[in-house]
Amino acid sequence: MRGRCLNMVHKLAREDERIVFLGSDLGFGTLKQFREELPERFIMEGINEAHAVGMAAGLAFDGRIVYVNTIATFLTRRSFEQVALDLCLHKANVRLIGNGGGMVYAPLGSTHLAIEDIAIFRALPNMAIVAVADAEEMERMMPQSVDWPGPLYIRLAKGYDPIVSDPAIPFVLGKGMEICRGGDVLIVATGVTLGPAKEAAKELAALGISCGILHMHTVKPFDTALFLDMAQSPAGGVRAVISVEEHTILGGLGSAVAEILAETPFARQPRFKRLGIPDVFPDKYGTQNQLMARYGIDAKTIVSTAQALLA
Amino acid sequence: MRQTVCVNIDTQPGGKTPLDARGKKLRRDVVDIFEHSRRGHVGSTFSLMEIVRVLYDDILRIDPKNPADPGRDRFILSKGHGCLALYVVLADKGFFPADELCRFCAYDGILGGHPEAGKVPGVEASTGALGHGLSIGIGMAVAARLDRRDSRVFVAMGDGEINEGSVWEAALSAGNRELDNLVAIIDYNKQQSYDTTFAVQNLEPLADKWRAFGFAVREVDGHDLCALREAFAGSPIEPGKPTCIICHTVKGKGYAPAENNLSWHHKSKFTDEDMAGLYAAFSTSAGEKEGA
Repeated sequence: MRGRCLNMVHKLAREDERIVFLGSDLGFGTLKQFREELPERFIMEGINEAHAVGMAAGLAFDGRIVYVNTIATFLTRRSFEQVALDLCLHKANVRLIGNGGGMVYAPLGSTHLAIEDIAIFRALPNMAIVAVADAEEMERMMPQSVDWPGPLYIRLAKGYDPIVSDPAIPFVLGKGMEICRGGDVLIVATGVTLGPAKEAAKELAALGISCGILHMHTVKPFDTALFLDMAQSPAGGVRAVISVEEHTILGGLGSAVAEILAETPFARQPRFKRLGIPDVFPDKYGTQNQLMARYGIDAKTIVSTAQALLA
Repeated sequence: MRQTVCVNIDTQPGGKTPLDARGKKLRRDVVDIFEHSRRGHVGSTFSLMEIVRVLYDDILRIDPKNPADPGRDRFILSKGHGCLALYVVLADKGFFPADELCRFCAYDGILGGHPEAGKVPGVEASTGALGHGLSIGIGMAVAARLDRRDSRVFVAMGDGEINEGSVWEAALSAGNRELDNLVAIIDYNKQQSYDTTFAVQNLEPLADKWRAFGFAVREVDGHDLCALREAFAGSPIEPGKPTCIICHTVKGKGYAPAENNLSWHHKSKFTDEDMAGLYAAFSTSAGEKEGA
């Protein structure tokens, strides 16, 4: 997904002179062809993320559209004030591409796990957040990122994730994506959790439970209208809502869903459960999939949660 | 225990440099703001005044009627708390009507306690949190290169401000990028909020630090109009290097009770006596020329 995203920046930069790429000491050879072809618009800064974000803001103030890339935690944690003030306060046209959203860097431990990135950026006015499901969806999203007004955080998952997106459903940045409707349960996913959501819906259908799936790739702005439409139809609305995210359950997708559910009067209030990482720094290494299983971010847990909520 | 170095008005650079009528007039405009708001950063505003004035009077290629002209020079007041110096100069130049000044920090005013781009015509970047301006300026300097513009970018920072690590990240970048269209200005009044810079976080040897980061450095009396003009006009000092101009200034310059007085860094309350003293300090005699 990362490779596809960066290659798209290169492709888009060829077509649009406003686009500048700014990396922070990325891996050897990253976007080599971009650098050779458009050397002036390929900027590699050092390990100085706060400065890099401020510099991107300065470029954006003078009309450039800047794609900044580094490890996600260094954008959210290290550069927070620059993101809040230089980007969000100014509505700067900077796109932050965060490597390793969620638990991609499981072997590297908590310093590198971006498990609260969505919560951090969700709190910032003018910031938009997008987490696509796979590399193909990334390709559909990236052209729409160019003219997005203001700052945008692009959360990257692992490379070579399975393709779970459907090209037949149009991708619209800033809107939710209705995958399917169902009468019993609404599963709200973002990013790579679309995969387990689809798998779970299939298993639940075999058990006679009808699930709708909402792919909320754009977590902010949150498509409240689509969410409520899917939660409240058919007549009477679904009986349960499950959010599933590779992120802490505090402040991310699940919190956004909870806020809307709490403030909306339903004829029959659906039961609700957030699936995600609890309020801890993960205490194990291993692989991303092992940590996902540890915290129940998988099809199996979605299925059991749906059954429990409907019981 | 670090030794405290006293700042002595009689011997420090800029300590005895006289103010001309325009220097007094601009300070009086600031005092008029205090009369309404009864608050503000006094010390920083007065130490910065000649720096901002010279830039807008003589150096910056900028048109108040067309403040967004892409070909303009850029000025970023990174030490946003010195904004009153910028506001009175921008009003004087016609970027916005002067009567806006008396609404400083008012609920529906455009002039806050820190300057905001998009609200105040002529302000290039919203500042206030310290250590942001130099990086933004570097982005603008790189943008000028990409656009093949000969714009220069000036960034004014406080001495206390450059305690921030992000400033040195930016300095390293500017030096390595050989941005000779970038001028870093240090308002070196030797005082920060708690104590002198020597006592809180000594910056010396300051010029050598900037040189080590790849800047060509010049030191001037920051209240000497000719010296400032010459230094700014003569930037870049060396082709292929960003410039750093260290301006030796006096905090609270021009009002004796405030000069080098830490309790005048920021005032949230002025007494009637303070106001009378400030007006008296900046009165001009008939016939003195106050215009640019």
